[in-house]
Amino acid sequence: MKIAVCLRRVPDTTAKIVIAGSGTVIDETGVKFVPNPYDEYAIEAALSLKEKAGGGETVVVALGGDAVQETMRTALAMGIDRGVHLHGTPSPDGLENARVLAEHLRGAGYDVMLFGKFAVDDCGQQTGAMVAELLELPCATAVTKLDIAAGRATVEREVEGGIEQAACALPAVFTCDKGLNNPRLPSLKGIMAAKKKPLEVTPVAPGAGSVTVAALALPPERAAGRIVGEGAAAVPALMQLLTTEAKVI
Amino acid sequence: MANVLAVLEVRNAVLRKGAAELLAAARRIADASGGTVDALICSVGPVSGSDGLGAAGADRVLTAQHAVFANYCPDGMAATVATLTNAYRAVVVAATATGKDLAPRIAARIGAPCAMDVTVVDSRGESIRVVRPVYAGKALQTVDLAGTAVVAVRPGAYAAVPAGKAGTPAVVTVPAFTKRLDVTGIRTSDKAALDVAEARVVISGGRGLGDPKHFALLEELAAAFGGEAAVGASRAVVDAGWAEHGAQVGQTGKTVSPELYIAVGISGAIQHLAGMRTAKVIVAINRDKDAPIFKIADYGIVGDLFEVVPALTAAVRVAKAH
Repeated sequence: MKIAVCLRRVPDTTAKIVIAGSGTVIDETGVKFVPNPYDEYAIEAALSLKEKAGGGETVVVALGGDAVQETMRTALAMGIDRGVHLHGTPSPDGLENARVLAEHLRGAGYDVMLFGKFAVDDCGQQTGAMVAELLELPCATAVTKLDIAAGRATVEREVEGGIEQAACALPAVFTCDKGLNNPRLPSLKGIMAAKKKPLEVTPVAPGAGSVTVAALALPPERAAGRIVGEGAAAVPALMQLLTTEAKVI
Repeated sequence: MANVLAVLEVRNAVLRKGAAELLAAARRIADASGGTVDALICSVGPVSGSDGLGAAGADRVLTAQHAVFANYCPDGMAATVATLTNAYRAVVVAATATGKDLAPRIAARIGAPCAMDVTVVDSRGESIRVVRPVYAGKALQTVDLAGTAVVAVRPGAYAAVPAGKAGTPAVVTVPAFTKRLDVTGIRTSDKAALDVAEARVVISGGRGLGDPKHFALLEELAAAFGGEAAVGASRAVVDAGWAEHGAQVGQTGKTVSPELYIAVGISGAIQHLAGMRTAKVIVAINRDKDAPIFKIADYGIVGDLFEVVPALTAAVRVAKAH
């Protein structure tokens, strides 16, 4: 089984966001970058699918500048076999990035193409499904269960008020949600091995697309709140505020 | 003229809630330029709840009927929408699990940009201007979308507005399409619990609960609200296996905007705050008076949650009984 994992490099979720002088992007000074947390579920799914199949190849594919290679090495350290770095500047238009990824994935013989549910930076939540459409392949998004047998996949995904169940033939695209698995940590041996794993670099040029970022701003600060009191004795005062001042009860 | 197509969600022949809110967002785009709003319903047969769509802002109500729409069929819906989009400046869907699945498929089919989880929409000359939370709510991005745009509007972002439009019925033909994904059904969860993203009141627990069994305290408080409250959780307790991942509020979980958010035993890590800071009112209950959660809470009680929560539950029951 040949499996691709499309990876994004994002700021650590604990990072404080500071807007850069341009007013359209964040200031990356001092920000730690990590593999997108949802992509780690995709990496783990790729590794366990290959283990279960008893063979095959796992490939991490990432679009970005030089720095993305460090993130790809993390995937290689977790056990992914090799990397393809699509070297270029991602477009603010997710469809343009999807076109670049689809162009690479098309005809490369992948049985399964995995993405994270979304990247925690731009929260675009579209690349995986767009790639599937462009390749005219089945796609299930935000899966929390993924079973593959005899060339077919059965999946589960969370919807409001329940779990949706679906099935499709391979090859197919899946985007991975929390709950799918518990991503392994890179072992020391894996980290050493990752340095020697092949990482092929291909220059790409995503189009400008139809999206212009006009501004990036911090959300308005919430007005300072107050401590109503201490312990259960403060509950009547809290109830008073919730019913008469805030009017939410 | 910016005409807008609102693709509505149907489950078991019933229109999902949020249709009127989505039509209000659609009208906001259309009305700026004298455009029209069409609602699209993909179903097997008649759909209950669809008769009020004109009143909620639909100039026309398009129905596309096909046996395949017994369950959610993204391939059939995207194909149907793609036959219509020449007439529209924007296609809007609700940013639910289903809407977020559908929006990028439509966008890729028609070669349009897609904006997810949008909280503000506006028509701006030849573009659609939207505002959307990024970095899980730690920042807000303003984006201009040229040409036809696909926009997923976050539930709760717009209130329904009575519009008194005609809601003229029209039939749309489902084109030939390949059903690549076969959705076989929905297993409703045994608890039939309200989703944290949809609830008017969210009560979330963190490590301060000390033990997963103490979530029962929060369940009781939620029950006191009588079916309008859901129980959420911090990442720490979800990772520890105390709560299901679907309940997680924060940057790697759900972003919620309830009217009332009660944080119990949650210190307030930056990634958690990002997921709930847009709640209308935030209450924090924590024994550490220096916990960061108190910095963004409107009302705080410093104290032992095992005393405060049962007292609050009793008080809410009394208030609700009146």
